[in-house]
Amino acid sequence: MATYDIEIILNRQLADCLSIPVFITDTEGNLIFYNEPAESILGSRFGETGEMPVAVWGTVFKPLDEKGKPLPPEGLPLVKTLGDHLPHHKVFWIESLKGKIEKISVTSYPIIGRMGKFLGGVAIFWESKDI
Amino acid sequence: MKVSIQGVRGSIPTSGSETAYFGGNTSCVTVMEEEWMIILDAGSGLQKVKLPDPSTKRVDILLTHFHMDHIQGLGFFSPLFDPDKEVHIWAPSSLTQGLLSRLNKFLSPPLFPVLMRDLPCKLVLHDISNSSFEIGPFSLNSEFVIHPGATVGFRIKGKSGVFAFIPDHEPALGLKGMIPDKKWVSGYELIEKADLLVHDGQFTIDEYVKKIGWGHSSMEDTIQLAEFAGVKKLLMTHHDPAHTDSKLQEMFTELKSKNTGNLDFGFAVEGMEIEVGY
Repeated sequence: MATYDIEIILNRQLADCLSIPVFITDTEGNLIFYNEPAESILGSRFGETGEMPVAVWGTVFKPLDEKGKPLPPEGLPLVKTLGDHLPHHKVFWIESLKGKIEKISVTSYPIIGRMGKFLGGVAIFWESKDI
Repeated sequence: MKVSIQGVRGSIPTSGSETAYFGGNTSCVTVMEEEWMIILDAGSGLQKVKLPDPSTKRVDILLTHFHMDHIQGLGFFSPLFDPDKEVHIWAPSSLTQGLLSRLNKFLSPPLFPVLMRDLPCKLVLHDISNSSFEIGPFSLNSEFVIHPGATVGFRIKGKSGVFAFIPDHEPALGLKGMIPDKKWVSGYELIEKADLLVHDGQFTIDEYVKKIGWGHSSMEDTIQLAEFAGVKKLLMTHHDPAHTDSKLQEMFTELKSKNTGNLDFGFAVEGMEIEVGY
């Protein structure tokens, strides 16, 4: 496979420096990088899994609304970003790998390269302080 | 394909007895194949460049970016002032400003006395990005690389081999340096298995740690990059203005003692001519 655009490479290098979970996808939603803080959410290490197809990593999360009902994928920030190439933000709940319900805030943004081309999406998971 | 080094210095021309061996002119390299010549970068080294045949009508200048040390020779290149010449300038695109407008910032008062529109040559401007194109016998690829501002590197394929040119580049920018995976290395496709790579090697590793994010490479990172990409011969360029001939010789001796692998590497020297391939 070809080398990623530098806008993607620089996003990964930035994510590697952050203490908040960051997920980077290609334009199709395939997970091409997640940083160390994101590993505890996914329950796997990037060094071991490498990239993950959208069909695989998309099932790890069980997003819920405030009433505990499952949220459809199209309501999630990153899915929206991949569709409309715009930033999105949402507060919702996820069931952790240990079965615990956790409230999180997710911000997603599109990577629009130097030439105006959509290159992928980034999702940042913020710990919600008002649990 | 013959590659000639016309300028090796980074940042600012540095003339004098202490830099006379490696050279003090800023970035410029010419590449010849048959009777075609292309010029890479227009640093102060450009003023020495002579056309192989003075009657040649077309001249091609490819700019990696618009930092001053890569364009300051442009206004002193005689074909620009010759009405019989067609000068093609290829340079990285910007969505916010056209090539003409960006060149005008330098080639206009108060920085330069002559306006671009008053240049007598026929000027043809080409915006490039992650592009593939042909010039005479050369097949070229340009790609954006990590360096502040829109900056490209070039991969040039001639009849006998491949030459890659990335004079300003910081592929190791990040917490852990360069990621050892070819999909994640800036410029990898430009340099993979090149017969000759002329690449940024401005700093020693000790200098680099104080200048992370400035857009340049340590010599050690450049050697690592070239080895990783299977480059046959590496010449490091963009020599720091503070690196005198004696300092560069000392650095080279130290690098050679630490890097005993198969990579053929050295420092670019003004006036050097290298036959690429075969």
